[in-house]
Formats: sequence, C-alpha cells, structure tokens
Amino acid sequence: MEINNNQLLRFTTAGSVDDGKSTLIGRLLYDSKSIFEDQLESVSATSAKKGHKGVDLALFTDGLRDEREQGITIDVAYRYFTTPKRKFIIADTPGHIQYTRNMVTGASTANAAVILIDARHGVIEQTKRHSFIASLLNIPHLIVCINKMDLVEYSEQRFNEIIGQFEEFSSKLLMKDVRFIPISALDGDNVVNRSEKMDWYQGGTLLNILETLHISSDINKIDARFPVQTVLRPQSEEHRDYRGYAGRVASGIYRLGDEVAVLPSGFTSRIFSMNSGETELEEAYAPMSIAMTLEDDIDVGRGDMIVKLNNQPEPVQEFDVMLCWLNDDSAKPRAKYTVMHTSNEQRIMIKEVIYKVDINTYERIEQDKSLNMNDIARVKLRCTKPLMLDSYRDNRNTGSIILVDENTNETVAAGMMV
Amino acid sequence: MSKYFLNYLDELESEAIFILREVWAQFENPVILFSGGKDSILVTHLAKKAFYPAKIPFALLHVDTGHNFPETLQFRDDLVNKLGVKLIVGSVQQSINDGRVAEERGKNATRNALQITTLLDTIEEHKIDCAIGGGRRDEEKARAKERFFSHRNDFGEWDPKNQRPELWNLLNGKHFEGEHFRAFPISNWTEMDVWNYIKRENIDIPSLYVAHKREVVWRSNSWIPVSEFLKLEEGEEIHNKKIRFRTLGDITITGGIESEADSLEKIVEEVAAMRKTERGDRSDDKRSETAMEDRKKQGYF
Repeated sequence: MEINNNQLLRFTTAGSVDDGKSTLIGRLLYDSKSIFEDQLESVSATSAKKGHKGVDLALFTDGLRDEREQGITIDVAYRYFTTPKRKFIIADTPGHIQYTRNMVTGASTANAAVILIDARHGVIEQTKRHSFIASLLNIPHLIVCINKMDLVEYSEQRFNEIIGQFEEFSSKLLMKDVRFIPISALDGDNVVNRSEKMDWYQGGTLLNILETLHISSDINKIDARFPVQTVLRPQSEEHRDYRGYAGRVASGIYRLGDEVAVLPSGFTSRIFSMNSGETELEEAYAPMSIAMTLEDDIDVGRGDMIVKLNNQPEPVQEFDVMLCWLNDDSAKPRAKYTVMHTSNEQRIMIKEVIYKVDINTYERIEQDKSLNMNDIARVKLRCTKPLMLDSYRDNRNTGSIILVDENTNETVAAGMMV
Repeated sequence: MSKYFLNYLDELESEAIFILREVWAQFENPVILFSGGKDSILVTHLAKKAFYPAKIPFALLHVDTGHNFPETLQFRDDLVNKLGVKLIVGSVQQSINDGRVAEERGKNATRNALQITTLLDTIEEHKIDCAIGGGRRDEEKARAKERFFSHRNDFGEWDPKNQRPELWNLLNGKHFEGEHFRAFPISNWTEMDVWNYIKRENIDIPSLYVAHKREVVWRSNSWIPVSEFLKLEEGEEIHNKKIRFRTLGDITITGGIESEADSLEKIVEEVAAMRKTERGDRSDDKRSETAMEDRKKQGYF
C-alpha cells in the first residue's frame, strides 16, 4: 500500500455481550481482510474446543485470560484495521453498568461512536446509557447499528420503530450527526458488504459510512491553543541561543509572526520560528507536535499556554464541570486532589456536588451528594491558581481535566468544563 | 478536503512525540528499552525528532540475553555513537552467573523469560522510573489493552485489571518511590504503519530485515538461523536460503521467512501482502494462548 493522505478515524463501540458487539468487530476485521492466518487458526481451534459451529468471530476481540474464561470483555481494548480509504482505531469497551468508566475512557478521543441495538429488544436502558455518554463526551458522530435483523425477518417496519424509540429519548441529548443502519453482524449484512435481504435500505454499509464521515472539522481550528510540555535548550555550538517550547497544538492554527500571549503571565511576543524535527514550518495546526521559539526572551515553562493575543481563554479559579467518577474510593467531602489540565497541574477542591445524573432516565438527583464509582455529576471545583479553560463543547483538548488522588496517585475522575 | 489535517502517519508521529515529551517532563530518569529491533529503532528516531535540536535526553537500555545476532550488537553500538547517547546494558549471562536466574532446561529452552529478572534488576540498580518500549497494541492480544503510560508496582508487575483510566491526552505518570512506568509511544502503530514510516523517513535498520543468504534449519514452521547456540536435532538439515526476519529477538528463537525483498520498497510490498502476523514466527509466543499475558504480568516488555 502506498503512503498517502489517508486520515485516521478513531471510533468506540459500546454494547453488551448479547448485542453481538464482539461479533460485529470480528466481522469488520474479517470482511475487511484484517485478520491474519495464524489468528484465524488460533480462533478456529478455540471455537472448535468450545463446541461452536464454524468460527466464533467474537473471539478475535477477546484478549485477556480472565475474559476468555468469563466470556466478557473487561477493559478497553484497541483494534486496528486499514482499508484503501482510511486507517481505523477501535476502542472496544464493555457495556455493563459497572464499566461506565471504561466507556468514558474509550469515548474520550473518539471521532465516532458505534452503538448496537438488538432488533428484537429495541431501545433498552443500556442504549440510553451509551448514548448519554457519547453525548456527554461530545463524540462528533454517532452510528446506531440495529443488529440481528435476521431474527426479525429483516423487517423495515421494525427498523423504523426502533429509530422512533431512539429519537424519542435522544431529543434530550446534544448530538450533531446520527445515522441508523440495519445489520446482521453474524451473517455480515450491511457491515462491509451490502445486504441482499434488505433492499429497502438505501444507506451505506457500516464500513462505507466509517470511510466517508467528514472528520476534518472534528478538531477546533479557530481557537489557537498551545500548551507547553517542556523547554528545549540544546546549548550546543550550533544552536547556542535556541530556546524552544515543545508541545502539541491543541487547537487552531499558528503562523510565523503571529502576536501571542503567554498564559498565565500575560507576557506578549511574536512567533519567531516553528519546527518539527529538522523541518522548519511556516504554519502549524492541531494536532501537530512542534517546537516554537518567540522573538522575545520571556519566561515560559511547562504548564504555560501560548495563545493568540486576540483570542484568549478565560482564566478561572472556580468553575463547574460534568464529572465522571472512575474509582472504587468515593470522593471525600471537600477533599483535595491534583488536577491535570493540558500540561498544567494544580491542587483542587471539590466544593459542591450540584446534582447527579441518572444516566438511564436522564433525571437529576439533587439529594444524594456522594460521588461513587461510575457516577456522573455536575460539580463546582475550586483551584489554587487559575486554569486556562475552554468549554468542553468548544474544545475537547482544553476543556477536559482529570483528578488524581494524592494518596494513591490514581486517576479518580474525569471532568468536562461546562 | 481541507488543507489543515494530518494524514494518519503524521498523526501517529505527532502522538508518539507528544508521549515522549510527556515522559521527559514527568519522570526523573527515563530510558528507552532498546532491543535492536525495528520498533525500538523507530522509538529512538521519534525521540530524536521530539527533542531536536537538543539531543535525545534518554539513555538506551539493552537487555542482553547473550544470544544475539552479531548484526544487532553492531547496529546498536553504531547508533549509540552516532546519537551520542548513553548505553546501559543489563546482562542475562550476569544474572545467571550471580544465581539470580537459572537457565531453562529441555528441548525448547530459551532465555526469553530470564530477561524479566535482568530487566527489573537493571531498572532497580539504575533507579529508572520509566522504561519506554516499542510495544504495539496490534502485536498480541494482551498488548491490545496496554495504556500509553502503564503502571508497574514495586515488584515490577502489571495488573491488567486495575489499570489507570487514560482519557483525552492527559497522561498520569505519578508514582511512589520504587514503582516504575512503562511508556508505549507507538501503541497505535501497526506493523504496516511502522514499515511505511521507516520507508518514508528512510530510517536505517539492521540488514537482518532485508532478504539475505543465510544458513538455516526448518523448525516449528520457520527458518531458524544456524548459530553457535543451535543444536541440530534428528532429521534437521542445514539449508542455505534467502531469508529475512520480520521481528528480531534472540537468535535461538527468531525464525526467518523466505523472501526476495531486498529493499525497503519491496519489504513494504511484502508486508502488505502477508497473511500471517509477525509474531507468528516467534516460538516464545506459541507456548500457550496466554503466553504473552503471563509474561507481561511478571514484568516483561
């Protein structure tokens, strides 16, 4: 395959064992010819040992020993496949209620979410949960696969009924781009190849949709944000005065000569040079990793953010986020944590739990102020020093934070700036 | 299509550079695990880009099993000289001499598992708090669940069921004394991506990857190179074949494939047409369904 300008699309899949999610991924990999002979042999042998007829496609995605034994997926697993049009990364996450944390993790960097609905059962609580998380994490594209169409006689009427159910509850969610596809993962209908049994469906197959989704505008190209990761000082003969700020452009576009401000200090300067390795750049945009030098010798270090003078984020010390709790240890009242935001770190206190969300009914719970594993809540945080935050809806990279427990060093919560 | 997007190789490169810089910013004493294989060569190349015009700020750590391809050692030393980086060698032979580990016995004995002890001892001795590896999630099913920043307890063990969630681009490398991390900047690359990138950047790789004539024997479905460590078994014959290696490990267990691919272009074409995974020729992974997972939990690469 030639090196070309193909894009990378990251998508997440959500669904439980019974929805046939693993089978769907197995089918995508198998029909797009991304499975190798030795993997096929190994899976065929395991299928035979378990007494399955033919190849159990689900086994391609079940990784660790525990889940092979229990027959469930226990953590986020990543899969890769490439077609002549795109490279794909699948973050495969389990659909059980206790695993909200994994779904949030898998969804955080996804361009698209694939949600599975069993055609026999229609929309169930789990569908609402997955859709809520997709919306909360602001995944730009949602693809709803109505699976097991073979078990409802490939009925167009049933397909439309389920779309109706979905649209009814999802009107409360913020979603930009939603598609519906009738499929049978087991037989491969409308996954990679068009179904001959559902000629009433005129849309694309799942793979076709994944290959053609418009993702260039998924990244914010307006608000230029450059968090500094580290400072490069070669101090060699050749580069004696070089002082470069290394980082990955979080959003927006930078050009040589741009007037910039360094936050939080507020010092201003102009961009003198930008490079990626030995290549000098005239412009840089998200998500490029670059090094930048400024015209003036000012104090810049890790945790600072270089932004355009005329477009700056609001420094905030007290703010509301939607917080997802990811740890077995519940939040302690008025507890203090370390907050990580881009390359910046501060100490933070949970000031107030404003409400929790029941992710099955989308109702607000205002009496219960505890924060436990898998809870999603709107909370008020207070930081020791201001953070340069954007709203998460505008900017996934600069609107997101994690909280780290100072006693265990574990990542205990993920937050999205309201 | 808009001008302002990265193609997939540029995006993978940018992600890897971001991770390497986070390692440098978050750890005191990080190293690159260098095996002489293409993945660790790629990581080293990316590190060079990430810190240019400054030098690579990491030492290279090589766990030397004593069962090397001579070409690998030569390549390693040349690269270290060229980059001006520090080399740390952990020796499995030394671990055997010191009685830390015992040589495996039996027909399929290898030094593969012994590396774990040597690696962990070296990490402890040099107070290394992050070891950067070239592991990729597409290689093996247990690796499909690795994080970019992967926590190891003070016994060097991996607990796959209790990993820190990794969200957005926020990498949490916080750790207590005695614990360390493994960082995997090329997690999201596939074998095909690695070769396409090596070709694009014209990165030097050991000649072993390129088709060449070599004395080999046919064992466990691949061509095992003749070396001082190889004991011929009954019925085995030495052949002179044109082969190349898809991965490089110990000379005792790394099987080659017959190939005419004697240039990067041809290798890329050949890999694209392959119907077997690259680790399919590694006997260390064939021991059981969960061989890799079991080794990784103990602290393997």
